Amino acid sequence: MNSSVITFPGSNCDRDMDVALKKFGFKNKMVWHNNIELPKSDVVILPGGFSYGDYLRCGSIASKSKIMKSVINFAKGGGKVIGICNGFQILVETGLLPGVLLRNKYLEFICKNVFVKINDQDSLYFRNIEKKTLELHIAHNEGNYFCTKEQFKEINENNQIALFYSDKEGNVNEINNPNGSIKNIAGIFNKEKNILGMMPHPERMIDPALSGEDGSIFFKNLINNLK
Amino acid sequence: MIVNEQIAIDHGLKKDEYKKICDLLKRVPNITELGIFSAMWNEHCSYKSSRLHLKKLPTKGKNVIQGPGENAGVIDIGDDDAIVFKIESHNHPSYIEPYQGAATGVGGIMRDVFTMGARPIANLNSIHFGSPQHKKTKNLLRGVVHGIGGYGNCMGVPTIAGQTSFDECYNDNILVNAMTLGLVKKDKIFYSKAAGLGKPVIYVGSKTGRDGIHGASMASAIFDEKIEEKKPTVQVGDPFTEKLLLEACLELMSGDSIIAIQDMGAAGLTSSSIEMASKGNLGIEINLNKVPCRESKMTPYEIMLSESQERMLIVLESGKEEMAKKIFDKWDLDFAVIGKTTKSKKIELYFNEERVADIPINTLVENSPMYDRKWKKTKLPKKIKINKEQFKTLNIINVLNKLLSNPNICSKEWIWQQYDHTVMGDTIQKPGGDAGVVRVHGTNKAVAASVDSSAVYCWAHPLSGGKQIVCESWRNLISVGAKPIAITNCLNFGSPENEENMGEFVECVQGLGEASLYLDFPVVSGNVSFYNQTKDVGIKPTPTIGGVGLIKDYKDMVTSNLKEVNNILLVIGKTEGHLDQSLFSRDMLNEKNGPPPEINLFNEKNNGETILKLINKKYIKAAHDVSLGGIIIALSKMCIKGKKGATLKKPNYLINQFEYLFGEDQGRYIIEISKNDLLYVTNILKENSVYFDELGFVNENDLVIDDKSKISIDDLIKSHTTWLTNYMSK
Repeated sequence: MNSSVITFPGSNCDRDMDVALKKFGFKNKMVWHNNIELPKSDVVILPGGFSYGDYLRCGSIASKSKIMKSVINFAKGGGKVIGICNGFQILVETGLLPGVLLRNKYLEFICKNVFVKINDQDSLYFRNIEKKTLELHIAHNEGNYFCTKEQFKEINENNQIALFYSDKEGNVNEINNPNGSIKNIAGIFNKEKNILGMMPHPERMIDPALSGEDGSIFFKNLINNLK
Repeated sequence: MIVNEQIAIDHGLKKDEYKKICDLLKRVPNITELGIFSAMWNEHCSYKSSRLHLKKLPTKGKNVIQGPGENAGVIDIGDDDAIVFKIESHNHPSYIEPYQGAATGVGGIMRDVFTMGARPIANLNSIHFGSPQHKKTKNLLRGVVHGIGGYGNCMGVPTIAGQTSFDECYNDNILVNAMTLGLVKKDKIFYSKAAGLGKPVIYVGSKTGRDGIHGASMASAIFDEKIEEKKPTVQVGDPFTEKLLLEACLELMSGDSIIAIQDMGAAGLTSSSIEMASKGNLGIEINLNKVPCRESKMTPYEIMLSESQERMLIVLESGKEEMAKKIFDKWDLDFAVIGKTTKSKKIELYFNEERVADIPINTLVENSPMYDRKWKKTKLPKKIKINKEQFKTLNIINVLNKLLSNPNICSKEWIWQQYDHTVMGDTIQKPGGDAGVVRVHGTNKAVAASVDSSAVYCWAHPLSGGKQIVCESWRNLISVGAKPIAITNCLNFGSPENEENMGEFVECVQGLGEASLYLDFPVVSGNVSFYNQTKDVGIKPTPTIGGVGLIKDYKDMVTSNLKEVNNILLVIGKTEGHLDQSLFSRDMLNEKNGPPPEINLFNEKNNGETILKLINKKYIKAAHDVSLGGIIIALSKMCIKGKKGATLKKPNYLINQFEYLFGEDQGRYIIEISKNDLLYVTNILKENSVYFDELGFVNENDLVIDDKSKISIDDLIKSHTTWLTNYMSK
């Protein structure tokens, strides 16, 4: 399986993602933002960080960078694209995913473990994961997902919500909402479900010595489902 | 403008210093030259009041690759790996403008580390604020925390540990000390010593603006009512540019084209160019028209004294300019050849084809003033006769709850949750423990680091206090299973021109020198921050120690959370019940006098080394050092982290219960061991002549102190975690 991780100036989870993908069997290539062509990839990942300093709006400058034209074409042709954290912000800025990511409700950066409930266990990215919830890690300042009522109606009807912030048992409620996201949304798909954007970082949870290991489940499943 | 004595005084120079400048130059300096002298001769850059005493610190050791004098210290951690680390203060700017002050403090210390070729792998900080009731405290705390997070998070370097305290002595002068650790291969360390004649001098990074002009002089002045006017002297940080600068520098460093490199920190282009030339015993010539400027019509004076952030100065091998430029172009950073090294041993500056400065380097460095300031010794205070009758009115659980929610004890999660502590994927011990721990990427090794200070002890008796912090740093590293290697120090004091403050400095330095020599825990880098005071009142002496240790196999790391019910708890080290200067005395008895706890360096070393032996034999399930608040606070934290309870035994010797539980005797740890190992462990302790008491055992969910005193873990957690969150949300 070939994967590509895009490095924008200011990306800072690109190496962590590279380590994770290789650990679970991907042949990964790092792709510089100024490149025009995307290498042959089974999945393209936009990593976390502060692309272009997150100046203007998070992800907005990155969404206009050279490589993104190819990523957008790749995604529109059905290619698999995942955006984590800043990558998610970039995807909503390109319009590939609906909605926006606002500043966290309490206006503070949050770095901690959270549980997320998998909403669609039949989708490509979460198929065959037995657990209903995963313990992942968030580290962001702008993860407060927001969309209009009409947009919400649409993503809800199309079953486009990928992950909800929840408790360990999968109860979705206000107490477990770390950042004020509408309906506790932690990740969404596009309508065709080949594009996934999510705030939590699975790449930080791939080793029992770290904060936890549920990220491994995500990557093992990813490579299996892409085969 | 023709320079005269008054202008020199306005630059923070003393009359006799100005006279010395004229004598050295054999003429009156022009304004640019005066600016350069004032920047190089201020306390911040010249260490004129501290140099004499800092010389006495032990700086050598078998693992020391580079001691003080470079951008940061370097230690050997085996297998060709080295750790570069340093702590630095950014106190004055953070009080004036908390977000930018703290942010640029973090940015500056990271630059010091990657200037040496090391990729930063962990940040720490030690921050001190005034009384929580003081009107400025809350906003300063919020601003500083946002600033530290804003910069470190964007850089993608985890903030793995820290320390926060509140004391009214910081009401008008907060402390912000930032520390960075970087990882480098031993043969890829870069230094600031220039070499070779006619080598190109390169400027890279951000453009030069008018921000931060005279920042270093501001940091060497006393605050007064006009403090608001100093805002323009605070630099503005851009972590995005620094991230690019980091990647570009490391890319250039992977080759062999750099002769010397120095970041432009305090006193900007002035100190960086002069330091490189001075270390290489060379001259340097700079054409200031070539310096990339952000604003138009900047004068030579402004260009030389700007403290714009995210800039570096490099002496390159001749002929490598094109190759180097390509790297900086790729990262969209400025790159300019601004001068060359010369044999003149002078700094010569040109602007619009005119020579605007011409100063022999040695007058700025070797001939800079050095003072043997007057200082006053602090006598060891007499021990307080505490009336133990008053303990009878105290309910032990109420006392425990009160102390657990004390601002200096309570959980700082509100703070460290705002710092990315997991990026880079190697953080194996998060903030909130004795020390933060990160793995050395791709290996089984791990590096532990902690920051400590004890202003109250240092204030009561500087000599004991100085020793105590080094010991506490050592204990924090031992507690996670790390072998302590070396320290960095950030010495925050009042005015050196005040005999008492100067005395505090001298004796704290003596104390920390004695302890670090005895423990073979040398000082490899550091920073002095004087003039931490408002008007006539200095802060309590607050030397901060950043300690670094090595864990050979990260799987052997120890944490402080209680692990298993029925396991035995031991207190290592003798509990005498020293209450003077303890949190209990100050908070419950309102007693602020008396001596700090005594330091016995033999016991410190012996206890620590024996604990490491027990850890190596895998006997220790959990460990925590006993510090502020005594045994019961240390144990409560272990309960809270492990979500388990503990049942205490009565001590097997006669001691008052309050003294036993809240006394702050030094050299102690609490360890958790399995029942089956008790005999083996106690044998090892006896063989090594280490004193221990059996404290009790682990239970399911209550802390049981005696028949009458018991508290659930949930209640402990509540006492420990609510104060700061409530305070900040009001």
